[in-house]
Amino acid sequence: MAEPTNVSEQHDYDVVVVGAGGSGLRAAIAAHEAGARTAIVCKSLLGKAHTVMAEGGIAAAMGNVWPEDNWQVHFRDTMRGGKMLNNWRMAQLHAQEAPERVWELEEWGALFDRTDEGKISQRDFGGHRYARLAHVGDRTGLEMIRTLQQRAVDLGIDVFMECTVTRLLLDGQRVAGAFGYWRETGSFLTFRAPAVVLATGGIGKSFQVTSNSWEYTGDGHAMALWAGASLLNMEFVQFHPTGMVWPPSVKGILITESVRGEGGVLRNSEGKRFMFDYIPEFFKAETADNEQEADAWYADHKNNRRPPELLPRDEVARAINSEIKAGRGSPHGGVFLDIASRRSAADIKRRLPSMYHQFKELGDVDITKEPMEVAPTCHYVMGGIEVDADTQAAKVSGLYAAGEVSGGMHGSNRLGGNSLSDLLVFGKRAGESAASYVAGLPSRPAISSRDVQAATDEALAPFSNPGGENPYAVMKDLQEHMQSLVGIIRKGEELELALKEIDRLKERAQHVSVKGSGRSYNPGWHTALDLRAMLTVSECIARAALERKESRGGHTRDDYPQTDPDWGKVNLVLRERRGVIEIAKQPLPVMPDDLKTLFEETH
Amino acid sequence: MSRDLSMRVWRGDASGGDFADYTVPVEEGEVVLDAIHRLQAEQAPDLAVRWNCKAGKCGSCSAEINGKPRLMCMTRLSSYEESETITVTPMRTFPVIRDLVTDVTFNYEKARDVPAFAPPGSNAGGQFRMQQVDVERSQEFRKCIECYLCQNTCHVIRDHDENKPAFAGPRFFIRYAELDMHPLDTVDRRQMTQEHEGLGYCNITKCCTEVCPEGIHITDNGIIPMKERVVDTKYDPVFLGLRIGRRKDRRPVGPAAGSGPSPIKRPGRGTSAQPAAALAGAASVTATSTGSPGATGTATLAPAPPRSAPAGAIDKVASAASPDTLKTALPAVGAAAGVGLLAWAIRRSRRK
Repeated sequence: MAEPTNVSEQHDYDVVVVGAGGSGLRAAIAAHEAGARTAIVCKSLLGKAHTVMAEGGIAAAMGNVWPEDNWQVHFRDTMRGGKMLNNWRMAQLHAQEAPERVWELEEWGALFDRTDEGKISQRDFGGHRYARLAHVGDRTGLEMIRTLQQRAVDLGIDVFMECTVTRLLLDGQRVAGAFGYWRETGSFLTFRAPAVVLATGGIGKSFQVTSNSWEYTGDGHAMALWAGASLLNMEFVQFHPTGMVWPPSVKGILITESVRGEGGVLRNSEGKRFMFDYIPEFFKAETADNEQEADAWYADHKNNRRPPELLPRDEVARAINSEIKAGRGSPHGGVFLDIASRRSAADIKRRLPSMYHQFKELGDVDITKEPMEVAPTCHYVMGGIEVDADTQAAKVSGLYAAGEVSGGMHGSNRLGGNSLSDLLVFGKRAGESAASYVAGLPSRPAISSRDVQAATDEALAPFSNPGGENPYAVMKDLQEHMQSLVGIIRKGEELELALKEIDRLKERAQHVSVKGSGRSYNPGWHTALDLRAMLTVSECIARAALERKESRGGHTRDDYPQTDPDWGKVNLVLRERRGVIEIAKQPLPVMPDDLKTLFEETH
Repeated sequence: MSRDLSMRVWRGDASGGDFADYTVPVEEGEVVLDAIHRLQAEQAPDLAVRWNCKAGKCGSCSAEINGKPRLMCMTRLSSYEESETITVTPMRTFPVIRDLVTDVTFNYEKARDVPAFAPPGSNAGGQFRMQQVDVERSQEFRKCIECYLCQNTCHVIRDHDENKPAFAGPRFFIRYAELDMHPLDTVDRRQMTQEHEGLGYCNITKCCTEVCPEGIHITDNGIIPMKERVVDTKYDPVFLGLRIGRRKDRRPVGPAAGSGPSPIKRPGRGTSAQPAAALAGAASVTATSTGSPGATGTATLAPAPPRSAPAGAIDKVASAASPDTLKTALPAVGAAAGVGLLAWAIRRSRRK
């Protein structure tokens, strides 16, 4: 096949990892250590990826605080948190391998908080039966990304910073490389690589109120779909129960679940701890139904049941939403999260330093003295690229996915702390699988100049619409529609309306134009390009949400409020054929009997 | 409570630029980054700015606001008078790419020099044991979000590009301090911190500490103890040598970065203002393998060439006099003892 001549900057690698958050860095380290020539390509500077925002900790059943903890309990918690829709094999591997991945970080220089015995300390989080989250104050994500970043730099892995990948390149049915542009200069480049690991994170930027940064435009989800891979469970979007609400400029910024793990409680405008009113049948046996028992649990997990504030995130987010809708909200449209009256100022500052700092600096609130106002914020997408549980291989040869961009691991709802461990466990697996796939290839795929030309034309299109619409306006409208029509509580007719709006926005996005000084670091152009992926993933979410006629985890239908056991047996799988997104039901993989027994015990 | 804010924003690129005046509607509770975003969305869609988390956790949106190095996301508009014009300029120490975005590759190249944490063995099964009190000192430095405001402020390099090859800067001095204070680390980076990374250039004016958005005590807890530790390797007055628990088993190491092409890839320069049609052949380098230089353009920020030891910490701490005169002076022994005493006194007073 003829070599392309239209983009002269080309790089050859065995494995190209797109994204430099926890899973991307871990995948690159694994691929490099397996002997593959590896590159990391990331949209931001190294070390700024969204992982840095993770606060609470890394869930791993090390048993440092509660020796009773083990992978079976963690596996069970994860499956139950995901309302049993998780890929059981991924949940199993995750629970089994997370401890080693955490210890490995320590070997690479991470400094976690310690127990009195000098082991890694572990904290309580929603949905986890035992205190299980390895943490560093409330900046665990920073510790993790810095450790991985320093490891990758030490290994000398090539890093292409501020470089956006816009298309995967194929040779027939298999991956041949990737196409992208340097943000700084706007010049294009191609990577020739038989294996690509997508580690691009999530989709939160499609929503108005989100804890996610500008990078979360669903690039990996969309590129995989365009390349012929399938997406799983896209209807499941996690709204984190506690985002900031005031002042308006910080709306959506995350407040870590550790606030509740450390003893914080939710109250409505009447001062009532309302979570006791929202304990679902599914979790009744393990949840305290009175304040006395709930408070006693922090010191004695064995003889007390856990407080309802520590129910899985989907339950807490829905409860907060209901309280606000019932008119029992706080002055700025949230509810109160109170740690001030429950823990000493010194403890709060020591255990939750960045929360203290964040509220003090941005909200003029001293959380050691007064409660915070909180409301749900779009945080995480459970859905993602359908992958093989053991290898993270997508349905296109040579394509791998790890972390938030992959689907299946978390079912319909992710437990807090399971994200960071997911990144490590499956980042490593994806990197290793990609390297071994390349090592076993009889011949290397080639990229076609026609594909590169098409990708180039697509990227330059916004420059050829003089007088067209401002891309920021289209993005803003998309965010508003997704928030109001595909948000935390959904209805059939609203989802249909959303799909119509998305169609209209797609049309508008064809005609956006870029103003200003060309291709050098031009955010208007970047936004115009990001819109394509954002619109694709938004459509996937709305389509899947319309299809799933039940409520489960991160998908709540006002018109189908019950959890339906029949829907509990299937995943929704999305594919794109000739520009049209198709949706199909697919039976869940069957869990082996020895794992099934873990769910038979009563509590 | 909407109001109009007067803003002056530096617009331009490596070839030059100027201030542009804007009037931006702003709301109660907003930060400078909100105003910049609104400006971008409504008036100047090509305004270049870096940001990610908007919550003071990622360290991307560093700039100089009314002359002060700050994170734009953590600077409340309410901290200024309503009538005040807010002027935003890019960090001065690093080359401008465009508008508020600077080329901070310098820092990524310096990071390559750092010899990694060297554990005493495998941690499989979680055998490492460390006490909270022992990890806390290093934990303070690991709070660093790499906003590089300290680097930007440090006068050793702020207006002295010529010092950059020999000077790693405060961000990396606390990195070296962090590793030196790590309870389980087995290598000794003290000599190289002094001789290769230029610790001695720092004369502890504490400007870095002042601008740190994480409130890290860069100078007091990081740089000064590191200077003391460097002194320990060179001069060992009797009373310090008697200290119990000193680690003598660590292996001295030099900079980690090899001499090959940098793995930190950057685009080739000079294509920045290309019109859309001129893409073909814009990038001039064709890379054919991982090992080739590719399109890196880090000419001004190449890894530091080996240098003879710069002026030492001793000289800076002991006296503001010219390093050269001190270096050759016979009273060096006396000065060393003096510094040893000083170091001991400082350490004592801090412990209290």
